Amino acid sequence: MTKNLRVKSSKLVDETYRISFKFNGTTYYGFKGDTLASALLANNIHLVGRSFKYHRPRGIMTAGSEEPNAIVQLHNGTSRTEPNVRATEIEIYEGLVASSQNCWPSVKFDIGGINNFLSPLLPAGFYYKTFMWPASFWEKYEYFIRKSAGLGKSPDVPDPDIYEHKYIHCDVLVIGAGISGIMAAKTAAKNGFKTLLVEEKSYLGGSTIYQDSEFFKINNQNSASWLEKEINEVKKIENLEIKTRTSVAAFHGYNFLLARENLTDHLPLEQRENKTRQKLLKIRAKKVITATGSIERPLIFDNNDRPGILLSSAIKKYADLFGVACGEKNVLFTNNDSAYETAISLIQKGIKVQAIIDNREEIDSKLIKETEKNNIKIYKGYTIVDTFGYKRINSVSIMKLSKDGQKVIGSKENISCDSLGISGGWTPAVHLFTQSGGKLKFRDDDQVFIPNTYPSNQISIGSCNGDFTLDEILINTPKLLKEFLNITKTEYENIEIFSAFNKSKRNIWLLPSNKIVGKTKSFVDFQNDATAKDIKLALREGFRSIEHVKRYTTTGMGTDQGKLGNMHALGIISETASSKLGELGTTTFRPPYTPLTFGTIVGRNVGKYFDITRKTPIHEWHVENKAEFENVGQWKRAWYYPKNGENMHQAVQRESKAARDSAGILDASTLGKIDIQGTDASEFLNRVYTNAWSKLEIGKCRYGLMLNEDGMVYDDGVTTRLDENHYIMTTTTGGAATVLGKLEDYLQTEWPELDVYLTSVTDHYATISVCGPNSKKIIQKVIPEIDLSDKDFPHMSFRNSIIGKVKCRVMRISFTGEQSYEINIQANYAKSVWENCMEAGKEFNITPYGTETMHLLRAEKGFIIAGQDTDATMTPIDLQMDWIVSKKKFDFIGKRSLYRSDTIREDRKQLVGLITDNPEEILEEGAQIVADMNKTPIEMLGHVTSSYFSPNLKKSIALGVVKGGKNMMGQKLIIPMEKKQINVTVTDPVFLDKENKRLNA
Amino acid sequence: MFLINCPFCGEREQSEFKAGGEAHIVRPKQPTELSDDQWAEYLFMRKNIKGIQFERWNHIHGCRKWFNMVRDTSNDEIKAVYKMGEKPPIK
Repeated sequence: MTKNLRVKSSKLVDETYRISFKFNGTTYYGFKGDTLASALLANNIHLVGRSFKYHRPRGIMTAGSEEPNAIVQLHNGTSRTEPNVRATEIEIYEGLVASSQNCWPSVKFDIGGINNFLSPLLPAGFYYKTFMWPASFWEKYEYFIRKSAGLGKSPDVPDPDIYEHKYIHCDVLVIGAGISGIMAAKTAAKNGFKTLLVEEKSYLGGSTIYQDSEFFKINNQNSASWLEKEINEVKKIENLEIKTRTSVAAFHGYNFLLARENLTDHLPLEQRENKTRQKLLKIRAKKVITATGSIERPLIFDNNDRPGILLSSAIKKYADLFGVACGEKNVLFTNNDSAYETAISLIQKGIKVQAIIDNREEIDSKLIKETEKNNIKIYKGYTIVDTFGYKRINSVSIMKLSKDGQKVIGSKENISCDSLGISGGWTPAVHLFTQSGGKLKFRDDDQVFIPNTYPSNQISIGSCNGDFTLDEILINTPKLLKEFLNITKTEYENIEIFSAFNKSKRNIWLLPSNKIVGKTKSFVDFQNDATAKDIKLALREGFRSIEHVKRYTTTGMGTDQGKLGNMHALGIISETASSKLGELGTTTFRPPYTPLTFGTIVGRNVGKYFDITRKTPIHEWHVENKAEFENVGQWKRAWYYPKNGENMHQAVQRESKAARDSAGILDASTLGKIDIQGTDASEFLNRVYTNAWSKLEIGKCRYGLMLNEDGMVYDDGVTTRLDENHYIMTTTTGGAATVLGKLEDYLQTEWPELDVYLTSVTDHYATISVCGPNSKKIIQKVIPEIDLSDKDFPHMSFRNSIIGKVKCRVMRISFTGEQSYEINIQANYAKSVWENCMEAGKEFNITPYGTETMHLLRAEKGFIIAGQDTDATMTPIDLQMDWIVSKKKFDFIGKRSLYRSDTIREDRKQLVGLITDNPEEILEEGAQIVADMNKTPIEMLGHVTSSYFSPNLKKSIALGVVKGGKNMMGQKLIIPMEKKQINVTVTDPVFLDKENKRLNA
Repeated sequence: MFLINCPFCGEREQSEFKAGGEAHIVRPKQPTELSDDQWAEYLFMRKNIKGIQFERWNHIHGCRKWFNMVRDTSNDEIKAVYKMGEKPPIK
């Protein structure tokens, strides 16, 4: 196990810089530039995890973001822990701690491995089939399913890192810095386009940058050397920005893309403090060039998932780029020329290749000839039928394929190995293209989906567009770029290309075996343990749509979203169901392309920055006076002011009593305020409120109810006529923005002929409400200039006045039923005026009260709160507020709806008062109201909307909505609770001072 | 995310706008004259087309103006924007 499989120095790895890291508790060493995967492989470690369902041992399979198996937990138990990190992507740093996931007690001995032997009992759709009966057991099943499912562990302490969002605007965005991406970025930037090139890896050049052999040449240089020069030039171009470690997560319409830029994940933890970890880039590009490359396909055969089985391209990359051998006895298995590229790379580095098994018969290929020269045994027309070795592959069985490729013939032969590279050809990475709305077409020749129609100003180039070979890329890319960028020439005309790659491929989606399909474990989706057998079962059970098969078998789900095996699933479905692959379509690729951390998604919008907090200008006073606060939308409102250890109930009882007995003061600044001006202002109010406004005198206030066009109560508030053509409307706190929006909507779209202007002044004015029998005396002390006599300043009127040198508006209006004055003053002065009121009210025991007391006081008077006692199904008639609906007005918003067949029903839910038989019993808001407990099912008549203990009436009071409640006065109803039934009597909703005597007391 | 050409402000990102449903539904001048069915037609019935759709949009985090848009709902292509009260530039 402690072998060193580092064979040769490489470009990416700095062998003078040794790094120690921990994996599953053991310390290992790697070099700067290694990924966790390459460092583990250099230490001869393949086994890194267990599979999701059967808990089979799994190893590193790829060398990129498509990795299904080698996913690890970083820094488990710390604030920086992160699950499901691909070992193939994370760059090692000093102090990195990684551990295997989905195994217990350890990756080498995993109890869940028993599922592997139980697998005949765990077919596709197992959960759906098994846990449905008896239905009442679901809760018990769910507990165990949740426990055994899921891959890594999420952190349970706050994330210490900083994340940011950034907008980027560019002319051309190039996604992917492989050979075609580099060509595109250089061409675009040199032609004057402001260009951004993003690459998910830490280096540029894709797979060509390590294609260092005489079989792939550009202008007589090895393709790697040619590309290196190109990259050096590209780095010097001024209007070209390059971002590495940046992965595009989403490609939305109108060329809007989201990318994650990784800034610190490759640094030792102590170097990350105070640095931004990741940035979410919001990119708006005029043109997008997608050059995302392609992903090698695995091959589907029995036991194709053992540790030590990798994509052949991954073995090549580990050797070429990291100088690491994946094994000492390598076997390659292929249906195309790619495995020979790997073989030649391994030979160059002195890594032993035991044999190559090729599905194809005789092929005229330069690469094969070169391989044969090195005395490597090639089995042509053969397939692997089985593999052996539990925690690491140790041999393979091969058999000859029949001519039609449908079965195996002859006898089995065994080849020992410690690593197997598989290559099933290439799949263009079209994920981002299809996310953007692009439509694919199927190319029969080599069985690939490639881009067909583009929904926005974009193209795909290189192997993601189906150009796999060096000559195809270098010939087609310049042509595409010229047309796309509307230029006449690129630097890539008349280039000499030599590529030894032969494009022939023998595509067999599910390789035949000497066993029947039911006896094999041929994995199609490695992360979710979906096998060819599962897919065939789904088809036998009647599933046909690829989307249904995906969900039933879980093929293509999980953190890798099936980047490796999706095509094989499609292929097997098409073969089994005898439908054309091109007509099956693909499953939908959804963002993100690779997983994003929550931190990146939320950026800086965490903690108190998660949402805007709105505070009134008097907020500091409430804080100083120990108010408890309530969130009302974005507002912080004083809820109640506990004194001497009072709880909420005690504080509210005291505040309510004081407000009715002497004086209370409320900060009502959060109420929405809309300034309405214009010669048609009165007519406008006539149309938006249910009552009449034309005759309201200047200096008077009126309560108004606003409906939706469907007749349902939408908002309410008091509006004051300040002048002939000038009103100020108040709205509920929560309704301020939407009411303004609705009024603007009608003004702009239905009644553009009206001369009316609306301005929100909610934040400009603060509102201080003083109520109670002594309120007049207090206001008089604060504003000595004003004449407060009932004759001169009656209820529902308004006066301009002045406090010191500051103008203010005083309204005599009441939401409590007490005599009450509201001072509206420019926000900056509000706190000092509030303090003036407190000082003036001292002798009257003026008591600040919060929203809870306000709600209680208005409930005593039966005043509704729009949104609490109404819920978008209540008409004014339902609220017993017929008095506010004008019969004379020709029209207002919602009028016609008030006599639709549905709104005139007598048995609609109507607002009533509810009095409990036991005056101490307080109802729960939201509790159901019924009449007959013996009827089954019990008929729900309505529910409680507001409920309090009234200290002024010394009994429990409640408002509720009850079917046909208007005609049920005095009737007994029942509120059934979990452990008891509460008896109530239906009453009028006004509990206190029906005659409104207190308003003028 | 769309890039919307507000007729008053120019090109802005979709997040500045609010969609307001189907366009060119005129509020009846005399609602009281209408039967329940006719009123319900105005109140509730909206098209949900795959293809060319006429919509109202509001530049809510900008000039606050309402305007109309012609959008192909099958691919989100915005065919035209025009002011309230104007005739659609395309059918």
